[in-house]
Amino acid sequence: MSEAKRFDAIILGAGPAGLSAGIYLSRAKKSVVILDTGIAGGAPILTTEIANYPGVKDALGYELAFIMKDQATTFGCEIVDNVEISSLSLKDEQKEVVTDEGTFVAPVVIIATGGVPRTLNISGEKEFNSRGISYCATCDGDFFTGKDIVVVGGGNSALEEAVALTAYASSVTILHEFDHFQAFKSAIVDAEKNEKIQFIMDCKIESFEGDESLKGVKISDNKTGQSRVVPVTGAFIFIGYLPNSALFKDVVTLSEREEIVADEAMNTGVSGLFVAGDVRQKRYRQVTTAVADGTIAALSALEFIER
Amino acid sequence: MLRTNLKHLNSDEELQSFIKENENVMICCGRMGPMCIPVYGAMEQLEKNEEYSAVKFADLDFDVPAANFIRLHPACRMFTGLPFTIYFKNGEVTKATSSIQTKKQVSGVLDEVFK
Ligand SMILES: Cc1cc2nc3c(=O)[nH]c(=O)nc-3n(C[C@H](O)[C@H](O)[C@H](O)COP(=O)(O)OP(=O)(O)OC[C@H]3O[C@@H](n4cnc5c(N)ncnc54)[C@H](O)[C@@H]3O)c2cc1C
Repeated sequence: MSEAKRFDAIILGAGPAGLSAGIYLSRAKKSVVILDTGIAGGAPILTTEIANYPGVKDALGYELAFIMKDQATTFGCEIVDNVEISSLSLKDEQKEVVTDEGTFVAPVVIIATGGVPRTLNISGEKEFNSRGISYCATCDGDFFTGKDIVVVGGGNSALEEAVALTAYASSVTILHEFDHFQAFKSAIVDAEKNEKIQFIMDCKIESFEGDESLKGVKISDNKTGQSRVVPVTGAFIFIGYLPNSALFKDVVTLSEREEIVADEAMNTGVSGLFVAGDVRQKRYRQVTTAVADGTIAALSALEFIER
Repeated sequence: MLRTNLKHLNSDEELQSFIKENENVMICCGRMGPMCIPVYGAMEQLEKNEEYSAVKFADLDFDVPAANFIRLHPACRMFTGLPFTIYFKNGEVTKATSSIQTKKQVSGVLDEVFK
């Protein structure tokens, strides 16, 4: 077996939070490795455009991510992406992460693992994924030009993406589990005034139906219990966000929503273990807030290392 | 052109000869955008690590005319998620996948179809 690789800090997740932490720590001449189970860059590489990151006007998501990644490696931060983590020990003084790329050891670990879109977990959802079901309007909207589709959800993303999808689809039906939306007033107004958008409120999504591809969505009315199939060839699902915290549930405190709870300095309560970005319990999830978290976590970690 | 470190296929002639001249081929046909970049990243890493040295990797811009061969291929006709990733053995399609794939999923397919 090869020897463990020792660092001052290990960062889990190479999104904006992890990369920011990497930039600060490596610039402070600490040896840092960022391990990512996917591709370095995080959610911005799943985003078409980011228009609200100060200083970078109308950047494509992947461009912003690549700049951050490049900046981190320039300062000497190592990034290993597409790793498979087989075990973690985060409570000891020297923390250990065992991966298919070797074992990494450090006194500090920063968790910056972000999150993933929530899925419905119902029959047909996996089967028709990319055969009618999508989680990305900007990527897949044009496959539904002239088609009837549904959007599942009632928050800002669902309503904004429904409006965006009317550029392609001939009709968009919003399916929502409650009788009211949880979105900003402006998003609701924009959706309501769009002639291509219809609403089915207070319903439960039972299953996705079809053969080789999606043909309909079976729903039931929450009040009457009556079910029916809405015939569509496309379904876009925007029902929120699931933090990537499962790996850490035995080590840190999780909120009801499975977010990692931390204090203002990003301390998790476990010595040497910090958290940053979307995986943390907080109100607003943006690139700017992730970058701020990453900075704070790195500075707290630095203080911890130099103590 | 896609901003990747993979071989880029730009024309129909290039695409056809790439498929014809190589026994094991993986082509990812997508855009420089969400869902696609992780697949290019996985391919770049697999190519660099030489884990699958018997496989030739390439990308193809979804919006160039040469991409019609893949966009309209029967193996992809039900696909509604970018990118379209297609695997050829001795010129024949052995597998096609739609949308984002992790490195593990890509390796799984490579093992299934080429090993
Ligand atoms: C479609 C979409 C559009 C958006 N648009 C905007 C926008 O316009 N403006 C804006 O400011 N924000 C936007 N956001 C939100 C923004 O992208 C996130 O708030 C931000 O990326 C969070 O950064 P993060 O580093 O905390 O997490 P992420 O960016 O999610 O990165 C987490 C990283 O951790 C990795 N990872 C996951 N699990 C593990 C593990 N167990 N071990 C190691 N690594 C792991 C992942 O592969 C990923 O690379 C958007 C998000 C989405 C999904």
